[in-house]
Amino acid sequence: MKIKTLMPALALVLALGVAACGGDDESSASGGGGGDLSGKIAIDGSSTVAPFAQAAAELFNEENPDVQITVGTSGTGGGFEKFCAGETDISDASRPIKDDEEVPVCEKNSVAYGEVQVANDGIAVVTNKALAVDCLTTDELKQIWNKGSKVKSLADVNPDLPDTQLSLYGPGTDSGTFDFFTDEINGEEGVTREDYEPSEDDNQLVTGVEGDDGGLGYFGFSYYEGAQDQLNLVGIDSGDGCVKPSNETIQDGTYKPLARPLFMYPSKKAIARPEVKAFMEFVVANQADIAKAAKIVPLTEEQVGEAESELQTAEQG
Amino acid sequence: MTSLAYSRTRRSVGEQAVRYGLFAAAAVSIVTTTLIILSLLRETIAFFGDVPLGDFLFGTKWTPLLGGDQQSFGVIPLLTGTLYLTAIGLVVAIPLGLLAAIYLSEYAPQRVRRVVKPVLELLAGVPTIVFGYFALVFFTPEVLRGVFGLEVNQFNALSAGIILGLLVLPTIASVAEDALSAVPASLREGAFGLGASKLQVSLRVVFPAALSGVVAALILGASRAVGETVIILVAGGQVARLGTDPTVGYQSMAAFIAATSRGDIPTGSIKFETIFVVGMALFVMTLALNAVSIRLVNRYRQVYE
Repeated sequence: MKIKTLMPALALVLALGVAACGGDDESSASGGGGGDLSGKIAIDGSSTVAPFAQAAAELFNEENPDVQITVGTSGTGGGFEKFCAGETDISDASRPIKDDEEVPVCEKNSVAYGEVQVANDGIAVVTNKALAVDCLTTDELKQIWNKGSKVKSLADVNPDLPDTQLSLYGPGTDSGTFDFFTDEINGEEGVTREDYEPSEDDNQLVTGVEGDDGGLGYFGFSYYEGAQDQLNLVGIDSGDGCVKPSNETIQDGTYKPLARPLFMYPSKKAIARPEVKAFMEFVVANQADIAKAAKIVPLTEEQVGEAESELQTAEQG
Repeated sequence: MTSLAYSRTRRSVGEQAVRYGLFAAAAVSIVTTTLIILSLLRETIAFFGDVPLGDFLFGTKWTPLLGGDQQSFGVIPLLTGTLYLTAIGLVVAIPLGLLAAIYLSEYAPQRVRRVVKPVLELLAGVPTIVFGYFALVFFTPEVLRGVFGLEVNQFNALSAGIILGLLVLPTIASVAEDALSAVPASLREGAFGLGASKLQVSLRVVFPAALSGVVAALILGASRAVGETVIILVAGGQVARLGTDPTVGYQSMAAFIAATSRGDIPTGSIKFETIFVVGMALFVMTLALNAVSIRLVNRYRQVYE
């Protein structure tokens, strides 16, 4: 349950006041479309994977309008909790399932599953064009972004860097990107300095970094791709030299530590149902289009091959 | 005889239907208001079950969306941010609005007034999102940085506040003009008869006579500014901070509600409840402002009717 469910409720309250209008016309004929599949698929889990799952559901529904797909965003951990209790069919995850905590719960409830990598995720660190930094180390990033940080300019973390006053931009605390960045850079999920401009709207982050001479921010790599000309992309050095994010460095994991694989876990029980099987096969076959729609980094050909074989193993039960 | 009785019944049935229909229409607003207050109250009570009232009212750090020991529920930064942005807006809107009102009421020829007043009211009809992006993509970079050479952040209080002022300007000008025009002509004529100049009549006779109406106009404008969301959301930044530096951004109460409800906050969590608590605080603030302005308007009416 997310707050977005509040909006229809509010609208309902208003509508009740305005009119007691009747007759919902939803029972219009919708059969006879492309697919003759029907049923419900319950997906929950990582909020980072959710846009991908949502885009997949929409594309899938174009061919199979009678399959109802719900995509929840309880977070990777919360998703596995429901999944291992047998409440959901597919769990979205931005990390592999935990061997010591989550796997035993699934086993206890005899929920068997497959692990299918469906996309790649990467975070881009960007600055204003005037603040042309080529590279930052993970330690420097931590000094800038950690809780209680008083860093005012890049010169505070490295005297060789410009002393333009920084103005910081980042995603809001609800996004998977925020969780991932704070976990990898600051060492604990959700821990951050407080005086930065947060926005759930990545375009607003781009506007801010582009507009301020000392603008520095981070967001999903795909948003950088849409604003390449306006921003300066910063490489990250985690000890093995400086690597700039690109589809390739994110896919092969050399862009460390801000790249990671994204997974869907279908349960074997669910995948025995034709609609779930068709959906998972659709996802793997169309991952490039779905990734594009969801603004996320697609799989490599090799990764697609692995996903296909994972899926086959899962289907054989 | 029968036909008379028949028509009487039919008539009274019709009358009844109209009566209930009209009552239902009037009841909609009351029912809606009551439901809104109830929904705010429920979450507000739940919130204060977890957070002491004192921490909320007097705390100086507002970071309800962070986790662990970084989470803090002091509403002061939101409150001061709201008031600060409103103050900047009013510094712009009050002088311009009052001067425009005096001009329209006392100086402008009928012809000019017939054109200017509708145009002024048209400004009040511009969607606030348009004002917001006007501030963000035009006023900040082109005017503040370009014309005045100020070093402001992309999201800053100055730009959002000034444009907020432009938003409430028509409200203030229009209501104040009504108040000034309502001053009886006999007062003006008396003053002219004593040899007063036009300026003296406007400022020393008409303006003081309309003062309570003018003050009501100012409060209505302030109330509008306090509750304005979109301009601040778009152009004013989203950092809840204490301070008075106009070149950086601040978060207002309404903008916090809008920004937070766009995210994925789990219902029932304390983060979710903060939306309603801030809504409640905002509701109480604007209610107080409106109550004061209604009182003033009533007082002013008693004098001249």
